[in-house]
Amino acid sequence: MILYAIVVLPILGSIIAALLPSDRLRPWLVPATSIPHFAIVLYAIAIRPPEVALGMIGLDALGALILLVVSILFVACSIYALGYLTCHESWGNRTFIVCLLLFLAAMSMAAIARHLGLLWVAVEATTLVSAPLIYYNHSRFSVEATWKYLLLCSVGIALAMLGILFVSYAGLHGNGTAELTMDKILASAATYSKPWLRAGFIFLLVGFGTKMGLAPLHTWKPDAYGEAPGMVGGLLAGGLTSVAFLAILRAVQIMGAAGEQVLCHQALMAMGVTSLLVAAIFVIQQKDIKRMLAYSSVEHMGILAIGVAVGGIATYGAMFHVLNNALTKTSLFLSAGNIHRYYGSKRRCEIMGSLAALPFSATAFLLGFLAITGSPPFGPFLSEFAVLRGIFGGGHFLLGAAFIILLVVIFIGMGSTVLPVTLGPAMEEVESEYFKETALTVISPILLLATVLFIGIYLPKPLQAMFTQAAALVEAVQ
Amino acid sequence: MHEIPNTIMLTVILINFFIIGSSRLGACIQAVALQGAILALLPPLIHGFSGHTIILSSGAFLLKGIAIPWLLLRATKQIQIKRNITPRIGFVASLILGALATGGAFIFADRLPLITEHVHSLVIPTAMSTLAMGFLLLITRKKAINQVLGYLVFENGIFLFGILLAKAMPLMVEAGVLLDMLVAIFVMGIVMNHINQEFSSIDTENLCLLRE
Repeated sequence: MILYAIVVLPILGSIIAALLPSDRLRPWLVPATSIPHFAIVLYAIAIRPPEVALGMIGLDALGALILLVVSILFVACSIYALGYLTCHESWGNRTFIVCLLLFLAAMSMAAIARHLGLLWVAVEATTLVSAPLIYYNHSRFSVEATWKYLLLCSVGIALAMLGILFVSYAGLHGNGTAELTMDKILASAATYSKPWLRAGFIFLLVGFGTKMGLAPLHTWKPDAYGEAPGMVGGLLAGGLTSVAFLAILRAVQIMGAAGEQVLCHQALMAMGVTSLLVAAIFVIQQKDIKRMLAYSSVEHMGILAIGVAVGGIATYGAMFHVLNNALTKTSLFLSAGNIHRYYGSKRRCEIMGSLAALPFSATAFLLGFLAITGSPPFGPFLSEFAVLRGIFGGGHFLLGAAFIILLVVIFIGMGSTVLPVTLGPAMEEVESEYFKETALTVISPILLLATVLFIGIYLPKPLQAMFTQAAALVEAVQ
Repeated sequence: MHEIPNTIMLTVILINFFIIGSSRLGACIQAVALQGAILALLPPLIHGFSGHTIILSSGAFLLKGIAIPWLLLRATKQIQIKRNITPRIGFVASLILGALATGGAFIFADRLPLITEHVHSLVIPTAMSTLAMGFLLLITRKKAINQVLGYLVFENGIFLFGILLAKAMPLMVEAGVLLDMLVAIFVMGIVMNHINQEFSSIDTENLCLLRE
């Protein structure tokens, strides 16, 4: 029952939002939905309800981790939205809020889906409801970004559907029954036809990898993150990529159960290293702060893929990094959104020295940069360190060296943009009339960052147990 | 028993060639609609008549044969798209590539490890050639609406392959897949409308403002 509530609650919220005539009251529906949603998610994770609907939906440690991430991000963004939506009162917010709540519903559904078809439906739904969110600014640029996002991700997801069908056909060919629920696939994957299973995995990886933004399938990412409002960028970079990663992990679980880890790890490793390389190349001399964050997101998707590919402690690190990356990246997008709106620009040369004008947002942006690049004592330092320990522990010294060098290059590349933007000499004659820092727009990025700092210093036992269990699920072999 | 499905497969392949070779947009939309509609007839013909196959069939027919083409035709009227298509590569070259892809699909399908019932079936080679044609349309067409048609042909190929596995898909999930597709076309229609407002055309070559 409680699992249904996780999906039904945001859908109800969106129906009320669609019917409510007042633009002024409607933004309050977002926290009114996301805070109870968070409470239900915590309760569900605590009691671990049994699977329902014939094994179609259920909550394992992996799903619980992603669900927790999505729900935390939504609470943070819902408070930010209250401040954000007052800036453009004349634009109307019905479509935006309806889509936002449906986005929460679709991501929650993906996290609890135990049937590959249902997972696909939920992930495709996230693409469709997030397209209007990206288009919120209604400019030439945002329409281009939306079209690229919509077409590339739809085609990518269509390929993932083909992958799901191939996995099912592998069952039909191997033991005569076509299955799509995770439990039944995992139980019988050892008997599956190998060629179909491998083909299926590659299609799943390409399809959901497009959605996750692993290089070389990341091309929509800088455009979409760059043109979307800050909070939407945060939800995409923190929430949606985690959901897509979950879909890939489901495929990894199946390959593990079939005894095909080798191919699966090689493919993930190749995409992970490519992602780090691409991010390092494009983050240097990046003129646009939001596009810079998008390439940083490509980098962190690469770290997740490498973590799973290396295995052992690195898989644990990857699970931990899902949470760290999501919280830090969303915080960065929210503070970048504030800076963008104050200066009316997101280009590096036009927003020098924002610390003087926007003390809270610029501080959060600067600290967020330090956190995301893996500086202690923030959480990402610990998770990246765990991945690195796994790499060296597994004897991949060349990979380890390349990993460290690329991370340093990205640190310098991002630093050369972030430092002038925050600490540089303040620009004169900037008088922004329609944006002032208010409690509502700065509290979310600061609280997210405080959480990242907290889990960097003290990781609570239940969270640690959740990462260990999730890593065990990913690592499980026949 | 196999004659009707095989006739449908051959028609699907012919429609692929018609779409890739035709220069008239309206005709292309109607051809994609026809392709979707006849594919929708297949589930009961392959798996026998049952509640599941009948509902799947009628749902797919309503969506692929009627609702989606209606949305697209409405969009062309609103946007007043110039009705002729200008591809990136010529029609003759497209047709040759299409023929190669279809031939390749048949040869490739012969080598695949299939279960005995499917060894001489036309479903898998037809699905593969339809997938390839959809991709070809997506890559070679400039206008947003033609790319949407390519996406639809691609989806038809997946649908065809999915029919073989209809038993593993519960009806609720199939309904979800079809609903997602309808919404996808609806959202793409809206975005096309906005592209047209911003650029006075839906030529995707205009979409080159965002780059490094």
